[in-house]
Amino acid sequence: METMMVAWMLDSLLGLGLLWLAWRCLACPNLFKAIVLFVAFGLLMALAWVRLEAPDVALAEAAIGAGLTGALLMVALAQLQSIETNGDAAGATEKEERGIRPLQWLLLIVLPLIATGLGYIILSFPPDAPGLSTAVATHLEASGVSNPVTAVLLNFRGYDTLLELIVLLLALLGVWSLGGTVPQQAATPAPLVLETLTRLLVPVLILTAAYLLWVGAHAPGGAFQAGSVLAAAGVLLLLIGRHPRAALMALPLRLILVLGPATFLVIAVVTMLIEDALLKLPPEHAGKLILLLETTAMLSIGATLAALFLGGRRHTDKEHS
Amino acid sequence: MSIAHLYALVSVGLISLGLYALIVHAHLLRKILAINVMGSGIFLLLVALAQRTGTALPDPVPHAMVITGIVVAVSATALALTLMLKLSAQTGCAELPDKEDE
Repeated sequence: METMMVAWMLDSLLGLGLLWLAWRCLACPNLFKAIVLFVAFGLLMALAWVRLEAPDVALAEAAIGAGLTGALLMVALAQLQSIETNGDAAGATEKEERGIRPLQWLLLIVLPLIATGLGYIILSFPPDAPGLSTAVATHLEASGVSNPVTAVLLNFRGYDTLLELIVLLLALLGVWSLGGTVPQQAATPAPLVLETLTRLLVPVLILTAAYLLWVGAHAPGGAFQAGSVLAAAGVLLLLIGRHPRAALMALPLRLILVLGPATFLVIAVVTMLIEDALLKLPPEHAGKLILLLETTAMLSIGATLAALFLGGRRHTDKEHS
Repeated sequence: MSIAHLYALVSVGLISLGLYALIVHAHLLRKILAINVMGSGIFLLLVALAQRTGTALPDPVPHAMVITGIVVAVSATALALTLMLKLSAQTGCAELPDKEDE
């Protein structure tokens, strides 16, 4: 009974903390503070995933939601500020709020109504709803892996993952075709602490990614988590100024970017020809096929996320060569 | 009321906060943050409701969907940030114009 009480207190505190951080993140006037609060919010979200028995989601959130999104936002803010100092207009500072406008009053009335309605719907849901968990449990044997989340991601609903890899690629194509962002080369060398830490961390991160990929077959982990850890290693290397050479930025990078989606597409077409269903992996080979799909997906996800962080700065690399 | 319901109610709060900030704030970086908070709220709702299986193990299908969603959210954020920077490089301002000002 006492552990129940402690659990309830922990969950209530976590919930309140999430709401408070989200409110401060969206309301505090300083954008830099807002981004830091958002990263803290992401870390608390990871804790919430653990409390909800979703360790796979927690790993993805900690690496992507808190880490990579935060890094992307910080770079964007720094570039906004450099635009602001170059031009005369204010890009990185918000205009002063001009009191509450009529639309805002309407919103303040309508939003609580929507929230109450949503809350009422949630509380009226039946307490027991097995969903698809029984279906997954019965077919888990045939999936080739024993972690149900990996089985869903790469076997039962493999087309989700295929489309998701294509969405990632499309986002990168969008960033590239917009010419990316204003290039700004760091002229000063990276601080010694960052440089040393990166040199120590990158091999560990690569090892962690490989471990997460392998362990994903039977425990929390998998291609997404491993890919984002790889991307984090790439971001660290970019931060200390280790830009890849222009020769590597052209064809080799593009090959890695399409490796994951291409492998997925090939397996999708082959399974459609042999098994008469898209991505229906034959049970006797499913384990090996999932490992192949996950390895290529991990490389592509890592490369795409790191390239998204690099953004349009690839153009400057071309000019340097 | 169970822990799943508690987190589901928190997610409703997050969605409302995000929606409010998305509409009220003019600065685009703030709007991107607001969309991310809203997205986190929706992910939390999906995973919280996946808890109600009645057994010790939660439903893995929403978990898989949320992992996919997190990766899609970060790529959409990267694209949105690039669009914002492009806009502010051209107009010198990262805010949407206010109709009342014109």
